[in-house]
Amino acid sequence: MSVHTDDDQITLYGLIAEFETPGELVAAARRTREAGFKKYDAYSPYPIHELDAAMDLHDNRVSLFTLIGGLLGCAGGFGLATWVSAVAWPLNVGGRPIISVPMFIPVTFECTILLGGLTAAISMLIMNGLPQPYHPVFNVERFVNASRSKFFLCIESDDPKFDRTMTQGFLESLGAEEVAEVAA
Amino acid sequence: MTTTEHSYQTAPQLSDTLKRYSSIATFIGLVFLALLVAGLFLEGGGLTGPGMEHFLRAYLVGFWLWFGAGAGCLLILMTQYLTGGAWGVMIRRPAEAGAKTLYVMVLLFLPLLLFREQLYWWTTPAGLADKVIHAKHYYLNVPFLWVRWIIYAAFLCFFTWRLTTWSKLEDETKSMKYSALLEKLSAPGVLIFFILMTFCAVDYLMTLEPYWYSTVYGFMIVIGWVLTAIAVLIATLTMLEKYAPLDHALTRRHYHDLGKLMFAMVMMWAYLNFSQLLITWSGNLPTEIVWYIKRWNGGWQVVALILLFGHFVLPFLLLLSQTTKRNSKLVGVVAMYIVAVHAIDVYSLVEPNFTKVTDPHFYFSWMDLAAPVGFGGLWLAMFFRNLPGMPLLPLGAPDLKKALNHGRDH
Repeated sequence: MSVHTDDDQITLYGLIAEFETPGELVAAARRTREAGFKKYDAYSPYPIHELDAAMDLHDNRVSLFTLIGGLLGCAGGFGLATWVSAVAWPLNVGGRPIISVPMFIPVTFECTILLGGLTAAISMLIMNGLPQPYHPVFNVERFVNASRSKFFLCIESDDPKFDRTMTQGFLESLGAEEVAEVAA
Repeated sequence: MTTTEHSYQTAPQLSDTLKRYSSIATFIGLVFLALLVAGLFLEGGGLTGPGMEHFLRAYLVGFWLWFGAGAGCLLILMTQYLTGGAWGVMIRRPAEAGAKTLYVMVLLFLPLLLFREQLYWWTTPAGLADKVIHAKHYYLNVPFLWVRWIIYAAFLCFFTWRLTTWSKLEDETKSMKYSALLEKLSAPGVLIFFILMTFCAVDYLMTLEPYWYSTVYGFMIVIGWVLTAIAVLIATLTMLEKYAPLDHALTRRHYHDLGKLMFAMVMMWAYLNFSQLLITWSGNLPTEIVWYIKRWNGGWQVVALILLFGHFVLPFLLLLSQTTKRNSKLVGVVAMYIVAVHAIDVYSLVEPNFTKVTDPHFYFSWMDLAAPVGFGGLWLAMFFRNLPGMPLLPLGAPDLKKALNHGRDH
């Protein structure tokens, strides 16, 4: 059951189309981009790598943050080991140099991974706007299938090219099984 | 994507190109191997003099690099049957062509065995009588050395022969029976490969320093082989990608996957080398540190630093970005660079063993350069000759369709 209403009282978040296969979703996403829509999103039960290309997603900032986090961890780990065993409490271990580089590598490595990993996870959450307790697409009853078996594409109403009837026709022309309104 | 099977056939231009590559490689191989042999006589001393010893050391450097490329191809071939995945389907034929070079490469162990006394001190009467060597005489004795060579050669040739013939039958009959057999043979194959090749690395490299030992050594050497092999395979694909059937079969995703594998091997190489260093450094025992003292004194530290930055840091940074891995030109250049820099690694595994631990001196002979190039020419000549023997894509592989669609929008 989907929301079929022409009631002008409800504010419209967008129109959502339901697809049977991942291939159809990827094709639909590509044609939506080619049609000039900017504000739309694709929903799938599992990651589909082809979607990145189809939707022309180029945001690599998480990689950059991860690199910065990793480098900070690297410098921090090596700095910590050096400060502890050369400055704070100089320690002679069997005649090895005070700054015993090979022994510092595991710590440096672990700190690189730790800070890189944490930065990746946290920056991914922040940039995705998570945690997000409310999202309008869940107002559509059939959307529960987005985590099971169906593939969805939602064009949002604040897209400059959005038009209630034209967009519905467009989504149907993409081979959608069903097109529904999404209440905001 | 709808393509008829017809278009998967090897283009005539591809066969011509492969023939041309093979001739060029043969020419380079013969010239440089002739130079290598000339070096033997230039330095003089006959078959027992210093010329022979320097020749054999360089021979080991060049031979080991390219024997490793062949053996690495066999290991990759077995691994891809076990793991599946598009990357394996795309490099199956080149890996088979590489593995088939082993039929010849195993014979090139013979000069090392025949002139062993110039190269492996422990095989000389003085060495065999040595107290420490004698304590290890159940393993370190010449008859068993010959027996082990026969076992290694038999294993490598048998598995290469079985895997390539079954793969050919799979192509011709399209029968799943052979696909299953290939997987069944590969599982024990990988296991036996690592065990036997660990001994092989001990026999021909570690015993150059017969008192010294390291348990990670065999694994470290084999990973170096896999790295060389994957680099050679990637470079081959980038050289042949403009010809049918590769022109419409290869996608950026295939290069991305293979590049990731090469990246992983670069890190694995560094990880294993570092593990050995860390344990030796912590233990600081006289028998263990010899290996590093020779490689960190008398000018050898330059080679060590070249390896640290050239064999790890630079390829790591280059391959970190997916732009490099997905760009066939770039990943091809990085692959060729890795083969070159791995030659330096093999050189530093072999040559420093011959310096005195109490007074290490840097040693480099032009023969150390002629040998890797010469053996490379010889190896690539065989490789490019083996390639056109079968369609360049495994037409009978059950997952061919899936592999071809890898990285394409449906």
